[in-house]
Amino acid sequence: METEKEKELLQLKEVTIRFAGDSGDGMQLTGTQFSETTALVGNDLNTLPDYPAEIRAPAGTIYGVSGFQLHFSSEDIYTPGDQPDVLVAMNPAALKKNLPELKKGGMIIVNSDSFDIKNLSLAHYESNPLEDGTLDGYQVYQVPISSLTANALEGVKLSPKEVSRAKNFFALGLMYWLFNRPIDNTVNWIHQKFAKNPEYIEGNEKALRAGYNYGEMTELFTARYTVEPAKLPKGIYRSISGNEATALGFLTASVKSGLPLFLGSYPITPASEIIQYLSTYKNFGVKTFQAEDEISGITTAIGAAFAGNLAITSTSGPGLALKTEAIGLAVMTELPLVIIDVQRGGPSTGLPTKTEQADLLQAVCGRNGEAPVAVVAAATPSDCFNMALEASRIAIKYMTPVILLTDGYIANGSEPWRIPHTNEIPEIPVKFRTEKEGFYPYLRNENLARPWAIPGTPGLEHRIGGLEKSDIYGNVSYDPDNHHKMVQLRAKKIKNIENDIPLLEVEGDQSGELLVAGWGGTYGTIKEAVNKARAQGYKVSQVHFRYINPFPKNTEQVLKSFKKILIPEINLGQLARLIKSEFIIDVQQFNVVRGLPLRVADIVDQIIKTLGGNNGK
Amino acid sequence: MANNVEVKEIKYTAKDFASDQEVRWCPGCGDYSILAQVQRTFPEIIDRPKENIVWVSGIGCSSRFPYYMNTYGFHGIHGRAPAIATGVKLANPNLSVWVASGDGDLLSIGGNHFIHACRKNIDLKILMFNNRIYGLTKGQYSPTSERGKVTKTTPYGSIDYPFNPPMLALGAEASFIARSIDRHPKHLQEMIRRAGLHKGTAFIEIFQNCNIFNDGAFSLLTEKDTKDDHVLELIHGQPMVFGKNKNKGIKLDGLTPMVVDLTSGKYSKDDLWVHDEFDPNPARTAILAMFDETPGFPTPIGVFRQIIKETYDEGMFRQIEEVKKKKGEGELEKILFSGNVWEVN
Repeated sequence: METEKEKELLQLKEVTIRFAGDSGDGMQLTGTQFSETTALVGNDLNTLPDYPAEIRAPAGTIYGVSGFQLHFSSEDIYTPGDQPDVLVAMNPAALKKNLPELKKGGMIIVNSDSFDIKNLSLAHYESNPLEDGTLDGYQVYQVPISSLTANALEGVKLSPKEVSRAKNFFALGLMYWLFNRPIDNTVNWIHQKFAKNPEYIEGNEKALRAGYNYGEMTELFTARYTVEPAKLPKGIYRSISGNEATALGFLTASVKSGLPLFLGSYPITPASEIIQYLSTYKNFGVKTFQAEDEISGITTAIGAAFAGNLAITSTSGPGLALKTEAIGLAVMTELPLVIIDVQRGGPSTGLPTKTEQADLLQAVCGRNGEAPVAVVAAATPSDCFNMALEASRIAIKYMTPVILLTDGYIANGSEPWRIPHTNEIPEIPVKFRTEKEGFYPYLRNENLARPWAIPGTPGLEHRIGGLEKSDIYGNVSYDPDNHHKMVQLRAKKIKNIENDIPLLEVEGDQSGELLVAGWGGTYGTIKEAVNKARAQGYKVSQVHFRYINPFPKNTEQVLKSFKKILIPEINLGQLARLIKSEFIIDVQQFNVVRGLPLRVADIVDQIIKTLGGNNGK
Repeated sequence: MANNVEVKEIKYTAKDFASDQEVRWCPGCGDYSILAQVQRTFPEIIDRPKENIVWVSGIGCSSRFPYYMNTYGFHGIHGRAPAIATGVKLANPNLSVWVASGDGDLLSIGGNHFIHACRKNIDLKILMFNNRIYGLTKGQYSPTSERGKVTKTTPYGSIDYPFNPPMLALGAEASFIARSIDRHPKHLQEMIRRAGLHKGTAFIEIFQNCNIFNDGAFSLLTEKDTKDDHVLELIHGQPMVFGKNKNKGIKLDGLTPMVVDLTSGKYSKDDLWVHDEFDPNPARTAILAMFDETPGFPTPIGVFRQIIKETYDEGMFRQIEEVKKKKGEGELEKILFSGNVWEVN
């Protein structure tokens, strides 16, 4: 055998990789493992899983392609990257679907074994793209991943099908080698995951090591790459997805309020993970109730709120629609309740596994009657933790339902999270009414909140419900003036929350030519775009709304400090509509509704366009 | 705290359970009787201070019920009472949670919540006031209205087949199924008492006369001259006998029930089907439930079936305790800092 040559190690600032294959090829697992290892070596990172709604779509088809993109860097990053630098394509369909998005001149690693006539035709390739010039201009590495995996696993007691399934570990091993990451974390994971199945441990580990060694030994790759650790603020970190952060946020709110957590929920993509995570925390007394439907999810939570638990319900857009009437009930009965909407593509069933921001108006306005609720939105995966805490705090303090909006992108995407110590997190004060003297169910405190008098408290027996109640006394009332008063009181109570939430913070100049305003999961994309535009000399600032109803108190003043306002959203302009109607100002919209995060480059273009070419420089 | 029920001698009277609200059902409504029987029975069956009782309802005439009970109460939205009540019970298992509902509320818009509450065996007492009509919306047919019924929405007669409520509850495996009649106060009190003592989902169908929109719906079962021949009172351990002068009985021939004449000399009480509330075979309960729909058979009232099994709330708290034992009380700091963590200096 030829002596090994020391291969060149090239340093990169940032890389975006996309793993793509059949939905049964284990691409989500491969991507997650690569992300975890990348987090452990200290890079900043951001991920975007992208998978079809079908669990196992027919093999080899384009619509069955599942992908996982991750962007990692030695500097701060905020997005999973617009265009991948590297594409790992496990079959022709994966190549066909993802090639248009790959950077010009990018790297392609294909499983060349899968480019047979059958798979080519399933992917609608008339000729083999590996041979017909389709890939000219890219750095293409043809690796017979299937057969190399089969060779490596010779002698392992696995069926041919199981051997074939291990090929994603080969690909992962090869990528670990190429990007100079250690394999131990994944080796440990394999040992834990398959503890009951020694053959799987042996097979998957062998495939992983074979992939790594292949990179080392083959002549194919002449160089490997490394991305140095990012300079993140001091602290202890973990990689966290939005849904996991949401679950941990509510667990923390439960501990910090001293209230048992009750979650009523019906499984729905992409929110199901929240109930899955929370159902593991039984030793915290967490009660998760998998309800018979969305309506039961919220109405059990309303019952639990009435009886004194920290009550929440989790869902996605279609489920929020079903919960609408019950949210009105929680408004009328003035009970603390958090409704989590992990937004997905709509309307109707829409795009269950894709992201969107089109439930904002549903959250703010979508109920019968004048039914104001507080609405907050998380900006990044780890921010879901903060906003879950905030939603709980507001709900309890103001005795009101609060809608927490996240979306499929931040729910499934992950980023490094500097973990807060529990003693850094403020307590959430709770006061149940116990004094009999002067008790009336709708007598309000300084926050206009009514007393929380829970069943089991002697002498405070009372009845509440969806019928209009008389001010203070809480008896059923059809009095016209009372109704008018109650409508106003409920509105004022929500509006008053503006005194209790952080002011909008402008990133960049505090006034000037252009302000880019966003909300929710687009924070990272907008931040990166604004940074890029500023680096090119454009004068542009950013604000991001995490509190939408009510808006922060300084919103009008901030908006009016800029000549132009650009609002990028993954909808047709829902925040824009709210801002225009609330503050009577003109805004420029940028709306792309593709079921995917916005692209940094598109927002940069919009910034430049809005500034009129060189204006603002 | 609400979680610790104080054990003390409690002496309540019916009056203690009457709220200060004026009762606003139509004069002559069967709901008055149901309210009176509940208030009369509660002092006898309530084993805890009354602040630990919660009444939950949905929408409809029956659902005004909580306003008239001087306990905690929640008047919910249409059909959702079993779900709201489930949340109350799971939030605080020391509460005794009662649901007041109607045939429209519970079986139509709330049908899903009802069957799943039964399936999960949540410790709720569900009283369904069945008047076979929509009263509050002024007279449309309900899911228990008989076929052919002429109402405002069925001017040519209903073509729906009605639900058989005990059959539905049985299909959902409710652990306690009973039926009573508003005009049979003693019997109704006994059923309320039995439901109150049962652990798990207890369902009582109460035939209730709506004297405005469906007057006389149950007159065969309530009028002096007809009731004995049309009502079969189920008594555990007793042969099924009915009729004026107890002259008729039910005999079970394999899975085929027959009405037999006890005066002809051919059959005696020893030949009759002996009611067993704890009969493990649901097929026999189903036969009973079908009497209603079989010409010539009497309508059974009483406890159809009672099964003892772990309730959902017991299971939930048992599991919490087991996990606590296994993993130890949850420590937030430990959970936050779990998984693959790394330090940045």
